[in-house]
Amino acid sequence: MVELSAKTPCADLLPLTVGALTLSEVAPTVMTTLSPYEGCRDALSAALEARYGLRWPKPNRSTAKAGVRLLWFGRDMALLSGAAPDRGLSDHAALVDQSDGWAVVQLSGAGAEDALARLCPVDLRPSVFKRGHTARCDLRHMMASITRLGPASFQIMVFRSMAETLVEDVKTAMEAVAARG
Amino acid sequence: MRISGWGQSGEAREVGFTFNGQALRGRDGEPLAAALLANGIHLVGRSFKYHRPRGILTAGSEEPNALVTLGEGAQQEPNVRATTLPLFEGLSARSQNCWPSVGFDVMALNDLAAPFLGAGFYYKTFMWPAEFWERLYEPLIRRAAGLGALSGAPDDAAYEKAFGFCDLLVVGAGPAGLMAALTAARAGLDVILCDEDVTPGGRLQSERDTIADAPAQAWIDATVAELDSCDNVRRMARTTVTGVYDQGTYAALEMVPQSSGRAGRACFWRLMAKRAILATGALERPIAFANNDRPGIMMAGAVRSYLNRWGVAPGERVSVFANNDHAHRTARDLVAAGVHVAAVIDSRHDAPQSDLFRVIRGATVCNASGRRRLESITLRSVGGEEKLQTDCLAMSGGWNPTLHLTCHLNARPRWRRDLACFIPEPDAVPGLDPAGACRGRFSTAQALQDGADAALRALKALGKSAGPADVPKAEADSYGIQPLWSVPGRGRAWVDFQNDVTVKDICQSAAENFRSVEHMKRYTTQGMATDQGKSSNVVALAVLAEATDRSIAETGTTTFRPPFVPVALGAMGAGATGMGFAPRRMLSSHQVAEERGATMMEVGLWYRASYFPKPGETSWRQSCDREVGYVRNAVGIADVSTLGKIDIQGPDAARLLEYVYVNRFSKLAPGRVRYGLMLREDGFVMDDGTTACLGENHYVMTTTTAAAGQAMAHLEFVTQVLQPQWNVRISSVTEQWAQFSIAGPKARALLQDLAGAGFVPSDWPFMSCGQLQLGDVMARLFRISFSGEEAYELAVPSRYGESLFRLLLERAEAVGGGPYGLEALNVLRLEKGFLTHAEINGTASLHDLGLEEMMNPDAPCVGQVMAGREGLVARDRMRLVGIRPTDPGERLSAGAHLFDPDDSVERKNDQGYVTSVGHSPTLGHMIGLALIKSGPDRIGDPIRMVDHTAGLDVICDIVEPVFFDPEGERARG
Repeated sequence: MVELSAKTPCADLLPLTVGALTLSEVAPTVMTTLSPYEGCRDALSAALEARYGLRWPKPNRSTAKAGVRLLWFGRDMALLSGAAPDRGLSDHAALVDQSDGWAVVQLSGAGAEDALARLCPVDLRPSVFKRGHTARCDLRHMMASITRLGPASFQIMVFRSMAETLVEDVKTAMEAVAARG
Repeated sequence: MRISGWGQSGEAREVGFTFNGQALRGRDGEPLAAALLANGIHLVGRSFKYHRPRGILTAGSEEPNALVTLGEGAQQEPNVRATTLPLFEGLSARSQNCWPSVGFDVMALNDLAAPFLGAGFYYKTFMWPAEFWERLYEPLIRRAAGLGALSGAPDDAAYEKAFGFCDLLVVGAGPAGLMAALTAARAGLDVILCDEDVTPGGRLQSERDTIADAPAQAWIDATVAELDSCDNVRRMARTTVTGVYDQGTYAALEMVPQSSGRAGRACFWRLMAKRAILATGALERPIAFANNDRPGIMMAGAVRSYLNRWGVAPGERVSVFANNDHAHRTARDLVAAGVHVAAVIDSRHDAPQSDLFRVIRGATVCNASGRRRLESITLRSVGGEEKLQTDCLAMSGGWNPTLHLTCHLNARPRWRRDLACFIPEPDAVPGLDPAGACRGRFSTAQALQDGADAALRALKALGKSAGPADVPKAEADSYGIQPLWSVPGRGRAWVDFQNDVTVKDICQSAAENFRSVEHMKRYTTQGMATDQGKSSNVVALAVLAEATDRSIAETGTTTFRPPFVPVALGAMGAGATGMGFAPRRMLSSHQVAEERGATMMEVGLWYRASYFPKPGETSWRQSCDREVGYVRNAVGIADVSTLGKIDIQGPDAARLLEYVYVNRFSKLAPGRVRYGLMLREDGFVMDDGTTACLGENHYVMTTTTAAAGQAMAHLEFVTQVLQPQWNVRISSVTEQWAQFSIAGPKARALLQDLAGAGFVPSDWPFMSCGQLQLGDVMARLFRISFSGEEAYELAVPSRYGESLFRLLLERAEAVGGGPYGLEALNVLRLEKGFLTHAEINGTASLHDLGLEEMMNPDAPCVGQVMAGREGLVARDRMRLVGIRPTDPGERLSAGAHLFDPDDSVERKNDQGYVTSVGHSPTLGHMIGLALIKSGPDRIGDPIRMVDHTAGLDVICDIVEPVFFDPEGERARG
């Protein structure tokens, strides 16, 4: 019997600490994109609420409960993470397994916003980009998903294949912040 | 000369530095210019054209003269303004545009030839013979003229770029800016306060003003302390706002102190602000008189800066030449500091008198002497001319509001006759509100009030209410300017110090009918140096106005453009040099390929193994031939994950496929795969690939690596724009799956070995697909072939990619196979005549590729109508064929052009070109694909391939594009 072993996108690259900032890989979990079919969004939202207690997220927002997160992921698309999708959801939406498609990291520590300000052209001020807020934007030259997890903590997602560039770019920004003291 | 106990910047520690190799001492953090003056050094550089000795003119970023070069090699940075460069221990600066030294410069001979070198001279003189301009004259002139030079080596300094957001951007931290920031911060706005200086306070740091009956510095300190204690304020020092762009976007350059270790040299900011207040103050302008460029002649305000802020007197016997009250402060402050003031020469007959120093009313300075340092000036008054010994002349022709940013969106400023200056029009930039001296409110009291008022307007615009601001009491002294632009007389009177433009040059321009200010600028080059004419623009156009008998308002200004100060291109493109140019996409098998010494090739952003060399192989061809052999004779393994994979689901999924592919897809059954071709809207071929039906209303489409993004965007376009009513959902799963090709006669056995009883070969006919259990992992298997052999593509979630690749290699190698790279992949597909984007190159139609039969005429598809245009189906279009050298020992090359053997090699005889080539170890010679006029009608004909770059001229045979196993028996198994 063949046995395949798993490797996470940032396995050899993280964690990393520079000054007050730490970049670490988020433990892998099931991730599924949900794209509701024509006219099915309300039914999908109700099914999600019944199953996970989470409603369909508005654009640029995410909701989380008991380790399950529903993240706005683009036009008519949300990413369900932390739980395998209920089969019944496929009545309302196209479900696509993306558990292996993305490198998912967390940037934490005082100055996390300053580091991201060197990478992303979006307004991440705490008054504007609050906990649970999310954006699809570029991170340097990569298309990313950025979500605020806490006062000084962000989740960053880019394509799995770009993990090395992601770590390099964020590290450079972390060093720039640290060098300013 | 340093004046002990004087200077508001306080006593910083001493540091050592060198200037032109001379070891000197200065104070940490003071500008290099202050340290030079403290050491009695006035001669800093040589001028652009005439190589005239030049000193320090200003105390800010507008400096045209005192430019130095820092660093060596790649780190060499020319044209650094000594007036804004903070001193640090070990700083080493040198003069530029002089040889052998700044004191004795050979090129100063130019100055003697001045009558021949005026504006427009060389345009008229060096015209014949015509070809000499480019070859001889221009290189010579360029070598003689100029400022600092780049090293020629790539700039390896680290730059940063960053984005900032705020409610209110305040540009400038002088009295108006500080007051505006304070008022807005107290009302709770998110404020960014940028100032180009190291410390805040602006002009107040250079004056001995009082605010609220205490020294102004106390107010600055208290204000800054309050701002720094606010979470909603970000204070950015050494940050110059360089440009204004649409919708509240501002560019800013933050200089990072060179002494601060790992930090980059500069950070280029893009600031987004809902509102902005411009509080950039004003720049003092010189007066044009003969030899006004002598080292030691400075701006009056700059003399106060060096004296009051840095405790340095630029001379021991200073005189002042002015047309306004402000300049009298210079004399007053010098006397207070114990420096001798020779005289104040004021062009106004009603200038205020003083008990402290001699004021000569109604007089002008008409000449200056002293080559490397000012020695004396000549005064002219009703009483005649008089010579006055002086080693420093502080001049002031009045103030020009720093309104540049208000003109970046193409507004023009308005002339204020009473103040003899331009001021910005209100709303010149939407949302940008000028306040203080930059709109002609020159006194400290006016600036403070104006800053507060602007902040209140911003608050109101942003829907915040605030009570009246508490504006402290401050000086409201008089200005009393009476215009004086130039002093008539013999000798050259400088207007643009940096580009060596004189009053005479401007008059010459007018005389030759270059009367528009824009024409004058180009004729004389006034304002075109690195200082962008900050000191000279207004004087120049005033001189032009006089020469053309027009008012200044009629004459107008030239166009102000970003950047306000020079910005290194490296800062704008920060991080994008070298490997930072683009992200690198790595396959899950990357590490294994590297362990095996694979040579990597960039394919788009992907890094793919080109070939896997074995010990003893000396060229890539040997490796490639061996790897082709794996596939033809045993089994080869290749990572094909880079191909685009698009998941398509929904009731209308089949309709979508039918609509984007030219061929029939609606009847594709679950478990089956089909090859498809898609067209652009214009009817040309866009991409090809296979699509597998995974289940009812569920498909996975593969695209080529090259067009993965384009195909995804195309599907988005079709589903969002062309057929938005269709109920179908698409998402990219390229990254989710690691997919490996298992190709060759032993592929089947390998899969049996790997999957055990789960794999029954008879269940997997050619072009089938389905799931395959591999241990705990559910894989997808596709029986498709890009090599012409029996082949499978096995896909697993990417986390298992590396592990699966290792297992596949182990098994392949056990049966005489192994990994194959892109080179072998290319040869394999060429032998079969399969297409890549070398053939689908954007100019090829279905007809050109011999695939017109694929078109399903019964169902409409994207590009169908356009593909039927006569021009796209003409027989004599360049169409796909194979070619091979008639002599099997000859080489082919991709990109080479093709000619009839009897024709001359000329563009008009061009018959087509070679799209791809490879050496087929299976056939023992090179093979290629080509697009040739009427190609398929010429099978069997000879054709001549010419590649001038590779030195090839080869007679070839035109053949069918499929070289190997044309019936496809091997792939079907």
